[in-house]
Amino acid sequence: MYTETQIISNSNDELVVNVGPQHPATHGVLHLVITLQGETIKKVEPHLGYIHRSIEKMCESLTYRQFIYASSRMDYLSAHINNHACALAVEKGMQIEVPQRAQYIRVIMDELTRIASHELWWGAMAMDLGAFTPFFYAFREREKITDIMEETCGARLTMNYMVPGGVMTDIHPDFQKKVKEFIELFKSKIDEYDELVTGNIIFQNRTKGVGYLSKADAISYGCTGAVARGSGVSCDIRKLYPYDIYDKVVFDEILETEGDSFARYMVRMREMRESVKIIEQLIDNIPEGEHQAKTKAVLKLPKGDFYTRVETARGELGVYIVSEGATTPYRIKFRSPGFSNLSALDQMARGGKIGDLMATMGTLDLVIPDIDR
Amino acid sequence: MFIKEYITEIAKATKSLWTGMRLTGHYFIRLKTVITEQYPDNRDTLKMAERFRGEVTMPHDENNQHACTGCTACELACPNATIKVITKFELTPENKKKKALDTFVYHLDMCTLCGLCVDACPTGAIQMGQNFEHSVYDRSTLTKKLNKPGSKIREGVE
Ligand code: SF4
Ligand code: SF4
Repeated sequence: MYTETQIISNSNDELVVNVGPQHPATHGVLHLVITLQGETIKKVEPHLGYIHRSIEKMCESLTYRQFIYASSRMDYLSAHINNHACALAVEKGMQIEVPQRAQYIRVIMDELTRIASHELWWGAMAMDLGAFTPFFYAFREREKITDIMEETCGARLTMNYMVPGGVMTDIHPDFQKKVKEFIELFKSKIDEYDELVTGNIIFQNRTKGVGYLSKADAISYGCTGAVARGSGVSCDIRKLYPYDIYDKVVFDEILETEGDSFARYMVRMREMRESVKIIEQLIDNIPEGEHQAKTKAVLKLPKGDFYTRVETARGELGVYIVSEGATTPYRIKFRSPGFSNLSALDQMARGGKIGDLMATMGTLDLVIPDIDR
Repeated sequence: MFIKEYITEIAKATKSLWTGMRLTGHYFIRLKTVITEQYPDNRDTLKMAERFRGEVTMPHDENNQHACTGCTACELACPNATIKVITKFELTPENKKKKALDTFVYHLDMCTLCGLCVDACPTGAIQMGQNFEHSVYDRSTLTKKLNKPGSKIREGVE
């Protein structure tokens, strides 16, 4: 039982505190209703829906070329990967063969997006714990990526670079050079990140052993991405169900087994290095050729349903299209990683102290528009 | 034993804090590493990327001619109904009726700058412009007419 923005105490000495909908640590309009006994958390109840824009319903009135842009507005930090998932679903339905060049470009862009997203998370997570400077360091490098994106895709955040059958335009002539420069720079900077935050004693004490999620719980809550991998669940879609050219590149799936906040933190930190590895393998070998397959101006998916999934920076994103054979989808469902990851928050935070809640939430890497859609 | 562990722990903790501080100090004394852009002051030198999507524009050449045939492909491609292409019929020299552009209405306030219209245009009549300073006092000024008054379609564009 709760009423808005009130602190209620009930008969069992329990205190109900509202965090949000506007709270700096929730990174968006997330409303948490926390039941406390003293400082110990008894229950965390997320209340959703503050930025529900009914993207799924909107997509039903958009054509198969148009609906891709709407998915950038879900998880805006990995907008490019969302677009990729949608494009893959349409391609699966139409059975379009994507040219090699487009596949290479797509994967390089995906990994750049992943690095950018993890960097923002790193800065924001440190800020949740009271360290303000890391945010600037993270944004300094992230800015380089957004510049690369801006040059090739034309936008910094909502790229909309994917079209069914490939990518919208060919890469900018400077693209390869800039990416290589960035990779060189980033490799030294990521050591700085470790120096600044990972080794820091205050940070370690606040994250180690906090927000524990067991392997069994991670599976039963449907967690994916770094949250599940921090608990030792192998769930990297890039490895398990490779799409585009992920089966041709060599990289490791990062697994940590501790299941605490620090494990989830380490998964993401190590994932950034893996992304660098993937980009290094691809950037010099982009094959010549078309960047887009020849497609009709109006796309019509055959009757049936199509499901594709990709690994975004937050976990598994599934796109499910039901088609009746028309130019617009009959129904679209997005399986967003943030929603399932958030559902495990109660399990992680229960029994812990309220001060640790923010640290735990930081490691979930929540993007609220992704949860509400 | 306990005392020894306790002291090592403190020494380690202090060292880890100093490592972080050293990095901060490193940047603090090196002004060259500052990357802040002084935005409103650097407007003269600020150059946006060539492909940057700031607004939809319709380039006209020196004879006040554009390349839009009024085919409405961009209108159909737009997910937000941002574009309204109003067409009229013109008489060709052979006395045949031909569709031509009358007014190209563009609602900047509804545009998500996705670039789908530019991608769909068969004649390359519209382009994305680099201007990103769109704030105005009156919302109605964001509804624009993109073809200039008195402009005509360039010859040879079908
Ligand atoms: S950029 Fe996108 S939203 Fe804007 S007019 Fe073109 S198609 Fe419509
Ligand atoms: S701008 Fe291009 S797509 Fe739009 S009506 Fe003119 S010619 Fe057709």
